Amino acid sequence: MRISTKMKSVALAGLSAALLATTAQAETVRWGAPRDIVSLDPYSYGDSYTINFLNHIYEGLVRYNRDLEIEPALATEWEIVSPTTWRFTLRKDVKFHDGADFTAEDVLASLERVSDETSPLKGNLPAYKSATVVDDYTIDIELNGAYPLLLNDLTNIHIFDKGWLVANNAEKPTDVSAGVEGFATFNTNGTGPFVLESRTPEAQTILTVNENWWDEPAHNLTRIEFQPISSAATRVAALLSGEVDFVDSAPVQDLGRLEQAENLTLLERTDLRTVMLGFNRRDELVAGGENPMNDLRVRQAMQMAVDMDLIQDKVMRGKSRNAGTLVAPSIPGYSEELDTPAAYDPEKAKELLAEAGYPDGFEFDFVCTNESYVNEEQFCQAIASMWSRVGLTPKLDIGPTAKQTPKRANGKADVYTIGWATLPMLDTYSILVQMLHSKEGNSGVFNWGDWSYPELDKLTQSAAVELDRDTRLQMETDALKIAKDEIIMMPLHQQPMAWAVSKGFSDFPQFPDNKPRMWYVTK
Amino acid sequence: MLAFIIKRLANAVFVMLSVTFLAFVIFTAVGDPVDQMLNEQATQAQRDDLRERLGLDDPFLVQYGKFVVRAAQGDFGISFRNQQDVLTMIGERFPATFELVLVATFISLVVGVPMGVITAIRRQTWYAEAMQFISIIGVSLPSFVVGIGLILVFSVWLGWFPAFGRGETVDLGWWSTGLLTHSGRMSIVLPALSLSLFQITLVMRLVRAEMLEVLRSDFIKFARARGIPARSIHFRHALRNCLMPVVTMTAMQIGGLIAFALVTETVFQWPGMGLLFIQAVTFVDVPIMAAYLCIVALIFVVLNAIVDMTYAVIDPRLKGADA
Repeated sequence: MRISTKMKSVALAGLSAALLATTAQAETVRWGAPRDIVSLDPYSYGDSYTINFLNHIYEGLVRYNRDLEIEPALATEWEIVSPTTWRFTLRKDVKFHDGADFTAEDVLASLERVSDETSPLKGNLPAYKSATVVDDYTIDIELNGAYPLLLNDLTNIHIFDKGWLVANNAEKPTDVSAGVEGFATFNTNGTGPFVLESRTPEAQTILTVNENWWDEPAHNLTRIEFQPISSAATRVAALLSGEVDFVDSAPVQDLGRLEQAENLTLLERTDLRTVMLGFNRRDELVAGGENPMNDLRVRQAMQMAVDMDLIQDKVMRGKSRNAGTLVAPSIPGYSEELDTPAAYDPEKAKELLAEAGYPDGFEFDFVCTNESYVNEEQFCQAIASMWSRVGLTPKLDIGPTAKQTPKRANGKADVYTIGWATLPMLDTYSILVQMLHSKEGNSGVFNWGDWSYPELDKLTQSAAVELDRDTRLQMETDALKIAKDEIIMMPLHQQPMAWAVSKGFSDFPQFPDNKPRMWYVTK
Repeated sequence: MLAFIIKRLANAVFVMLSVTFLAFVIFTAVGDPVDQMLNEQATQAQRDDLRERLGLDDPFLVQYGKFVVRAAQGDFGISFRNQQDVLTMIGERFPATFELVLVATFISLVVGVPMGVITAIRRQTWYAEAMQFISIIGVSLPSFVVGIGLILVFSVWLGWFPAFGRGETVDLGWWSTGLLTHSGRMSIVLPALSLSLFQITLVMRLVRAEMLEVLRSDFIKFARARGIPARSIHFRHALRNCLMPVVTMTAMQIGGLIAFALVTETVFQWPGMGLLFIQAVTFVDVPIMAAYLCIVALIFVVLNAIVDMTYAVIDPRLKGADA
């Protein structure tokens, strides 16, 4: 028996050696992904998973380093000429994959493409007004107001080659409503560390290393085979049987099994995404009748009635991190002082409800989805039963995201779940302006409960134009304090994330934004 | 015959219209694609604008009317999510699904027919009883459980077959086939087996019932009396008389398999039409869902029509009667 396995492994080694010889020293990573990318065009669909994958092919003017700090990429330096004008100096001797030179014209064409009327990614560059080419390697970006987070936004704006866009009639993003396909959906031409070799949707996308990359590669990969496997059980099986060697979304229920597998390393941490509950703050509940949740004591009672430690232990299998504030620790604007989870006190909760005039509780709709967040269905059920215990009557409504979101967005939910990671901006400002700010103009898109805190709005607006980083972050922290004191949203936890890689890799950094960056991987 | 064909065609058009209408009723309930097309940072104005450009604010009947007019011209639009031509996307995935269904059908016949014969001629024996019992399991186990079970045994434990994907494919014109490469053939085994399990049971039970009937008939008794070997009676004379309903059923079931392959395709990440449809549902990709339902309905309608017409040729009495 022993001999035969040994012989088999020798034979296998010989076989793999032969295979290696044919592909010339390939350091390949076979990536088993939970889903396919939607397109090869980074400006096609507001999907951060796709944008991150395409970051292997395309690059922005700046990028995040291993510690998620911003560093130069296609731009080498920048200065703020006036509060609304930023001047970027571009890197010389950068070539696109087809050999074309990278110049300021390319940046201009890309900025115009992403901010076009029909671009779904327009919102990723909210402050952009126009850009002017100063010379081949200098470009001025004009903003519609002072805006401190331009660099954060630019990390996700991939740069195209102008000549390539023009030649292929793709200067404008593909407009879905026009019903015509675009060239960039099927082809790529970036400056990034990897070059597209082939793509078969839902089956395989293959990248090979860009030998002419401008940067000193920190990775030693020669090939990435990206294979979506949407069924979680199959993904785990493929990893265990050695058909893939990296999985970026290992299901929580299989972590124990993966941990025991000898040929695998399990990488675990908590995500940047904070999962929280929002409250309806209109005058009436969805089912009609006065809305008790406008009373702070009621919201306090609802928070005290939930035993987050029990949920962490039983539902999240000890893998989540209970949150006291609405952003995760590594997000600028976070304050440790605020991050104290509320104490569990069902007796006090009952008292507060009685004090507010609801000794027998009240009935309300509790809207959850079944797949947006890790174990969402289970923790929603747990929270609902904890609320029942203090006398409240939550009517739990669980369904797929596409079905639940219109309810939540149109005020048809009294309590709802939502997660926020501040991506791609990575700054507290993102949650302030998109969720906590009053719903007016372009602010408060995710203010689904329709609340309004003028003081918080003022802090948000001041932070939006404050160019001094420390002052701005203090304003953001102050705003988070209001959100905590008033329980605008009830923070639950940062959810766990798990990657599993085969033992062959010597360096495989895991990022809290759950984005695999292969240009840091060595085998 | 011409009148019959015209009647069938009118019938088919009516079925297609009903299917698309029902599909559109369902779409209004699946949710709003816009929230997933734009990301967290998009403003309300951008969301409203996109919704308007896609015509999602139009009244239901207007949306349906526009769809029918365009679909009649073969224009199903482009996918909200992938921004690719919907018909091309479905066309690219059709070969994968069709090959899977063909191989599954082949397996179900090769395994199911002999099992049916054996359970019919060797009633009372332990192995016939065992096959009968196993066949009950085959009908009752949901196919995703079967799929995961096969993966666990044959990929993880034994390492014989790949757990997912289609392997290498070869393009023959617009048709991509996995049957010509080794990895492609290895890849199709588990999904085809998983898809055929239900079918095997069906074929086996049908053959068994037909065999029992035929074995009682006079010509078999005479054949026995003439001293023809049992083997020849069973497999040449009796079986041949059972095959007509099996062939009909198999043809009819191909449509069903194409439609139900979506569970198998999801489990095995088989890049076929079903997988495409499942993902379209998750992302409310209306153009893909609409086109997929139309095409599957069309396959059913065509298969039905062919079977009906063949019957009409075989049995002239049906020509006059209303089918």
